[in-house]
Amino acid sequence: MSLELDNLNVKVGFEIHQQLKTLSKLFCDCSSKGSDDEYDFHFIRVLRPTRSELGDFDRAALFEHAKMSSIKYYSKIGYSCLVEADEEPPHNVNRDGLETALLFSLALHSNIVDEIHVMRKLVIDGSNVSGFQRTMLVSTGGYLEVENFKNVGVQAICLEEDAAKLISTSSKQKEYGLDRLGIPLVEIALEPISGTPDEIVNVALTLGRLLRSSKKVTRGIGSIRQDVNISVNGGQVVEVKGVQQLTHLVKVLDYETKRQYGMIKIAEELKKRNIDDSLFGDKIVDVTHIFSKSHSNVIKKILKESDPVIQCIRFNRLRGLIGYEPVKGIRMGKELGEFVRFFGFGGLFHSDELPNYGITDDDIKSIEKLLDISSKDDSAFILIGGNKNKINNVIDPLINRIILFKEGVQAETRSVTNDGTTVFSRPRPGSSRMYPETDIMPIPIDAKIINNLKEKTPIAWNELIKRIMQKYGLNKKLSEQIFDSDYYDLFEIIVNSNSQTSVSSISPTFIASKLTEDIVSLSRNNLDKSLMTNEMIVDIFERLEKGLIAKESVILIFEKLMKNESKSVQEAIDSLNLTKMNDSEMYSILDKVFDENIKTIREKGDNSLGVLMGKSMAILRGKVDGSKISDYLKNKLEQFLKEGS
Amino acid sequence: MDLNNTKKSEEYSQNSQKLLEKFKVCVGDEVRIITSKEGFSGIILPRYETFSDKYIVLKLKSGYNIGIDINHIEKIEAIQINSSTNKLSPNPQIQNLSDMSNSISYQGISLQSTSSKQNRYIFDRIESKPHSKTLPRILLISTGGTIASKIDYRTGGVTSLLSASELYGAFPELENHGYIYPEFLLNEYSENITPDHWTIIAQRISQAVTKEHFDGIIISHGTDTLHYTSSALSFALKNIPIPVILVGSQRSSDRPSSDAFSNLVGAIRFIKDSKYSGIFVCMHHNTSDEVIACHLGTRVRKNHTSKRDAFKSLDSLPFALIDQKGEIKYNDILHKDLIKRKETLKNFAPRTTFDDKVFLLKFYPGLNPSFLEAFLNLDYKVIILEGTGLGHINKACFPIISKLINCGIFVFMTSQCIFGRVQMTVYDTGRDLLGLGVIPLSNMGPETAVVKAMWALHNSSGPSDFIRIMTVDYAYEMSTALPLVSLKSE
Repeated sequence: MSLELDNLNVKVGFEIHQQLKTLSKLFCDCSSKGSDDEYDFHFIRVLRPTRSELGDFDRAALFEHAKMSSIKYYSKIGYSCLVEADEEPPHNVNRDGLETALLFSLALHSNIVDEIHVMRKLVIDGSNVSGFQRTMLVSTGGYLEVENFKNVGVQAICLEEDAAKLISTSSKQKEYGLDRLGIPLVEIALEPISGTPDEIVNVALTLGRLLRSSKKVTRGIGSIRQDVNISVNGGQVVEVKGVQQLTHLVKVLDYETKRQYGMIKIAEELKKRNIDDSLFGDKIVDVTHIFSKSHSNVIKKILKESDPVIQCIRFNRLRGLIGYEPVKGIRMGKELGEFVRFFGFGGLFHSDELPNYGITDDDIKSIEKLLDISSKDDSAFILIGGNKNKINNVIDPLINRIILFKEGVQAETRSVTNDGTTVFSRPRPGSSRMYPETDIMPIPIDAKIINNLKEKTPIAWNELIKRIMQKYGLNKKLSEQIFDSDYYDLFEIIVNSNSQTSVSSISPTFIASKLTEDIVSLSRNNLDKSLMTNEMIVDIFERLEKGLIAKESVILIFEKLMKNESKSVQEAIDSLNLTKMNDSEMYSILDKVFDENIKTIREKGDNSLGVLMGKSMAILRGKVDGSKISDYLKNKLEQFLKEGS
Repeated sequence: MDLNNTKKSEEYSQNSQKLLEKFKVCVGDEVRIITSKEGFSGIILPRYETFSDKYIVLKLKSGYNIGIDINHIEKIEAIQINSSTNKLSPNPQIQNLSDMSNSISYQGISLQSTSSKQNRYIFDRIESKPHSKTLPRILLISTGGTIASKIDYRTGGVTSLLSASELYGAFPELENHGYIYPEFLLNEYSENITPDHWTIIAQRISQAVTKEHFDGIIISHGTDTLHYTSSALSFALKNIPIPVILVGSQRSSDRPSSDAFSNLVGAIRFIKDSKYSGIFVCMHHNTSDEVIACHLGTRVRKNHTSKRDAFKSLDSLPFALIDQKGEIKYNDILHKDLIKRKETLKNFAPRTTFDDKVFLLKFYPGLNPSFLEAFLNLDYKVIILEGTGLGHINKACFPIISKLINCGIFVFMTSQCIFGRVQMTVYDTGRDLLGLGVIPLSNMGPETAVVKAMWALHNSSGPSDFIRIMTVDYAYEMSTALPLVSLKSE
């Protein structure tokens, strides 16, 4: 990073949402496990924003409403009931969930409120069937102790219900699954901090470890979600939602810092030009006719929409600034493209990037003529096309957004892309959109309740690692790796099911290394671990336990599944031809290899074992344990050499 | 409860109230509360009287409410004394126009003499809107229960939107459907509605029909006893020339997912596009916001405590189903010819009074017959039995039932099966009861039977006329042929 970037005084605040491992959901008795199975019922709803006192709708709520027509919800018996469907008032707060939230408050030295009140927080993107999320403030203040770093302040700890799972979204309808709605979540908001990326990652890691060491939280993909608030030089706060992995966090921080720096630079440039932005958009013309015979694929696609128009908006003295790139990859044009996507557009064209995309010089000349832009003029224009109604909705917000560039970084909510950059998702919701959940009585938390909990406060992470090392005989590094991974619960399940059958042929170290190192290295090659379910992994180790497959096969099956080349363990085994070979078959193959290489053996003596192993493994990989092969070959070689000498 | 004038926090009692007085602050004030551990800034909120008086409720800047133990409070500093006209109610659901309800007394109200009063609670009519011939003029009478609410985020309080401009503000789409004239008549939870209220509502409707030329009337009503009111209006307002539709909401109108608005729009569409008149109930047909069912007022019943589709037609499909596009599908089995909208007021002779000396008695195994002796000394004129199956009760009750009938009490039989007809000639028990003088009421629902008896008692010329009215189909409360189709919603 450049010196200027380093001096930006980046502040990062974490908001962690951690699912809790309770038997049932926060406000009903359905399973909180989530379901991957098929749903068995669906229904359709429409949400409408509720008016606030001043007649203003919540800004974010209104944005969502403008985008949406109807929402389809999928339900499965056992995983959601009338409560999730907003057909029944909530039941009482799940006591286990509440207890866990209180335990976290104690562990973070946070002050527990005397009486907890359940609130309704308006969320009308459809992810909450009722149109609000139930949430309660459990404690305020406190701090997180971070090794080799300062203590990080805690702002607040809340207990709330998770939202429904987005299945699909289109311009007409969104689809959600209700199995996730209502799973208890603890939300912990930390004070903004500054530090090196490594230090910041370490803070998130420490908090995650503290939560996991309670053993009361759900592990696995999607069970912990981090929102990261990032600001530079005390500017407006940008909230980045859904940073799932710490490896992503560094990339997100890097990108956001660059982007926010870029926004500041663009603002400076705008101010320098001293443009009267009240004249922005002073001329808007319908240019649909110019493009009636256009060869541009994008334009052709736009003209196929119902009731299509292409509008062109003039921005005086903005030429060169929409395409201005103060930092690589950061441009006003790009931000605007993301902005209009929110309104259902694929993107827009601006004069700084034209001619291009099949839009010709002649097209531009015709447009400039209509807009009264002369070649000496430094006016810019923006071209946007689509359904007429949709266009009418976007033009004012678009012009306003451009005016706001003068103010630098905007307070907005962004989401993370797969490559660790961020894209605009919506304006930040108003801070006050809460009112009481009148269906649930306030919950008093007295000293007695808190004293009883003090004994249950989670043990320190270091202590926990020590216990894992002792219990399973893992080394320190592997203990840490398996504990930090998404697979710790699964690890314990597999190890314990092993010991039950008392055949315990697979060592915990082997299982742990498969679940950490192997999966990590496959993931690094862009393979998708979410394709391999816990059930599949258990299945693989069970087959290994029964001697149906060899140890070497495990990673090969992982790979098949994570590449989505096989849909089940059996399919993977069949396609890899991994069915384990019986011993006599193996011996005859090894004997054959031995005989074929007798010349080498005579020449190299003891040293020929490597060659023999290599040739044997090439035939037998995945069908027999490597150790068996090596034992047999070693014996045979020893004997041969002894006899021969 | 006007806080400005009294400057008292009446919602807090005893200990907590003393504390607030000590620091000279009250509900609505923005304060900073210092406890032994920390400090909180926020607005003091009211508290339900029934809750423990150990806590002060504070709304923090973040929007969260918390309760603070008064024993932990060291100091309360006023930041800003509440000078706004915002009134804070401990129960947001019942804040609806509390001051209004004081100005209207309904007991024994006679609406002929209240035309001057009326202006006090009909407000904000949108008279200025250009009248289009295609859009109906609709009177929206509120009796409690709300179609739309607003939330005061400062305090978290919920209030109803009742004026036309507020209603149109919340639901701009309404303009496409009709001209709504909202009017506030009662403000009652539906469990507090009595036959006197039915009279008030019926008289107001009758006045609107005869003098004010509306295309239809919508009554917003709490859902618990909505079907009793719809039955009552069906009897009281027979031959009404326009549609009168009762709507409610099962899920509160403050939530974005409320069913209130779609039920209202369903009712408006029915008024706009159907050609039928009478008393109807419009509520969700199933859990989706897609289809609104329109039920006949005497055939409908609330069958679920909380679901949107709680209201079902008994022994019949709903009279009509209204989909999102406004398409209306009618149930061909019903005699809909009979309820075509009328051009004139001929035949419309409202009879809006009720006599509540009717008892609904549900039979159950173990019911002690001697309990029934009490009716000899009570003032009841009619007992509606909710018997088992085809219309039976334990034979041990026969002697006292016979005694009651001989004393002049009318005893009718309905079935607790809810669906299906009473058939008392099939078994001995039924035949014996018929012999005692118990009168079967076909497939009239028990609740409808109670309402009908209350109405018929007051509007018949004598015992034989009363029995005649009770046993003939008057407002579709009895069906001749029951459909052999699944009545379950999909």
